[in-house]
Amino acid sequence: MKNFFSQLVKKEGFKSVLSSILCILAGILVGFIAMIILACLNERQSIGDAFYGLGILIAGPFASGTSAYIVSNLGNMIFYAGPLIMTGLSVAIAYKTGLFNIGAAGQFLMGTLASLSVALHINCEGNAFLGVIVWIVAVLFGMMAGMIWGAIPGFFKAVFNVNEVIVCIMTNWIAANIVSWAFKGMPELVNAGSGKSGYLITTESTFNGTPTLGLNKLFAGSYLDLGIILAIVLAIVVFILLTKTTFGYELRACGANKYGARCAGMSEKRNIILSMAIAGGLAAIGGALYYLNPGIEFKFDTAYSRLPDYGFNGIPVALLASNNPIGVIFVGLFIRYLNMGGTNLTSAGYNNYISDIIIALIIYFAGFSMLFKNIISKLLKKKEKQPTLAEKAAVPAEPAPAALPDNAPEEEKKEPVSDEKAQEGKEA
Amino acid sequence: MDTVVYLIQKTLIYAAPLLIVALGGMFSERSGVVNLALEGEMIFGAFIGAIVAKIIMEKQLLTNYQVIFVIAIAVAAIASAIFSLLLSFSAIKLKADQTIGGTALNMLAPAVVNAFALALFNMEKIQMPAFFPGYVIKNANPDLTAIEQIFGDKVYISTYIIFVVFILLSIWIYYTKTGMRMRSCGEHPQAAASVGINVFKMRYLGSTISGALAGIGGYAYIATVANGTAESSVAGMGFLALAIMIFGNWKPVGIFFGALLFGFLKCIGPVANSIPFLKQFDLPLQFYNIIPYFVVLVVLALTAKKSGCPKAEGIPYDKGMR
Repeated sequence: MKNFFSQLVKKEGFKSVLSSILCILAGILVGFIAMIILACLNERQSIGDAFYGLGILIAGPFASGTSAYIVSNLGNMIFYAGPLIMTGLSVAIAYKTGLFNIGAAGQFLMGTLASLSVALHINCEGNAFLGVIVWIVAVLFGMMAGMIWGAIPGFFKAVFNVNEVIVCIMTNWIAANIVSWAFKGMPELVNAGSGKSGYLITTESTFNGTPTLGLNKLFAGSYLDLGIILAIVLAIVVFILLTKTTFGYELRACGANKYGARCAGMSEKRNIILSMAIAGGLAAIGGALYYLNPGIEFKFDTAYSRLPDYGFNGIPVALLASNNPIGVIFVGLFIRYLNMGGTNLTSAGYNNYISDIIIALIIYFAGFSMLFKNIISKLLKKKEKQPTLAEKAAVPAEPAPAALPDNAPEEEKKEPVSDEKAQEGKEA
Repeated sequence: MDTVVYLIQKTLIYAAPLLIVALGGMFSERSGVVNLALEGEMIFGAFIGAIVAKIIMEKQLLTNYQVIFVIAIAVAAIASAIFSLLLSFSAIKLKADQTIGGTALNMLAPAVVNAFALALFNMEKIQMPAFFPGYVIKNANPDLTAIEQIFGDKVYISTYIIFVVFILLSIWIYYTKTGMRMRSCGEHPQAAASVGINVFKMRYLGSTISGALAGIGGYAYIATVANGTAESSVAGMGFLALAIMIFGNWKPVGIFFGALLFGFLKCIGPVANSIPFLKQFDLPLQFYNIIPYFVVLVVLALTAKKSGCPKAEGIPYDKGMR
């Protein structure tokens, strides 16, 4: 048992998880301090409310209400996690290639635009099979729109050497305006119901929403549908793509050391554009999955003035997961868990923005997760100084990951260890 | 002629916040810290400034609106400078990734603003009272010449402040000892350190000034362009300022012209309906909104190759690295 534990703590992945947990704890702690400050400023609240609020936040969807309410809350939490996992994957795959995809919001919107334009124009009432086909086509259209939109920053980075961050931000705002503008030109899609202004109709009226597979009955009263399963499948696909294929290896090599990748004969420019295109496609699927649910309405008339939160919340998801696609699934669920707690906070006299503060703080701390990791490593080394030294002497200097020869992928198949090395090389 | 004067007046109103925030970005980046948090710093500073202005006005501590305006700007600058310490601390002391730190601040500022505005005022935004200070001089005299109208009619006091601060700081960073030392830290911090310059101190100074300028710009934005409404968004002005800084090649003169150009592009949308020439096309607001961002992309594509980007920006200073 002890041996197993010492093996575990030496693993890079374990350190990543531990440092992510430290980030989360630090974020919640500082958020708690903000809650205490708010309680002091507000005469209707006492310090006790801060502790009560912390309890609600940690309990997430289980905080309050009848069991039926908790079940629907839980279902919604899982549903909302789906698009978040997609934007998280989008940020993660770009990060693996050394790119910071802050443009997930715009790609998400373009996916929404393309998929809704397809789905809402075709009424599939009474024909369930056609509904599924249209749904698939809508998701694919959304994905393609997102891929094109994501490829733009990649193209600018590869060809003109413009920082992708600034291009992503510009394309975000352009996308927001285009979406608002385009839907304004489709009056047939506008929900003319009473008390509605600026909303589109949903797939409820065109009968081609995301198939539910009975999941919404399992979690009665929630929006839960196939989307979350698709998101998990795509996360696994991305994981396999990144770790088990030649193409994924090239992407990671470009991220680890682009000069080395170029020396090894990889086309750095092609990889940057492709990586951003895939990232865009993933974020766009998130947008499509979210708004193709029959219960979710899209407010298009003010879409140009504010970017969707999903795009930016993909960043903490990817960071906390150390850009590991499988980790993204769990972190996406966790962030939604926190948000659910945030919406329940009103019973303690707080507003739901507390959870936004905590998420922002978590990213802030994730920025120096390297520091956390180093501290963990130091603490571990102190404990067992002798073996580590001996180990160091035994292992010769590691080769630079990207400086592997052309036939690296074959080598990789024989010796999966080089994968771990690539990881370490990037972080060193 | 009236239309031209009107357009220039509007351009100046939109250009002023962009100008000062872009200069703020330049201060940070020339000292070696990438400041993506300009947007967040603007939001935060503007919010604190608006709270102070609102309290002063409602309690009637002061009655001269222009004095309140100046005080609010100063408060916004201080608040943003303090807020920016979060970024500089993580970027300089803890050597964290500056892009992530900036993104975190951009998300933190709106969340904090929303949470505190809801808790304190039961609103997601702060609306300043109706007697909110407007133009410093409002001259209805039609006999003025065009130049007099542009600089003496319907001008906010913030515009004057911003242009003066811009000129003074531009001279300061180019022609004083400290300014030159700060710039050297963005180009080659190890070389700077070798002649006894404290790189950490210079970088803290640069990014703190940057935060203060973003705060000034943020308050100027909400007080003028947004008609006195402080909320959790400045509609991408911070990012546009960042793009203007790149457009201006990290130099004050370039930033000046960039800010005027983008101020003009940004103001067309809101004023298009009051200009007969543009009204006949009847284009939606979204079209005009896209123009500045689109132009940024085109300009970046054309100019990026000969970029004057500080060599050491975004790289944490490591004494051991030579």
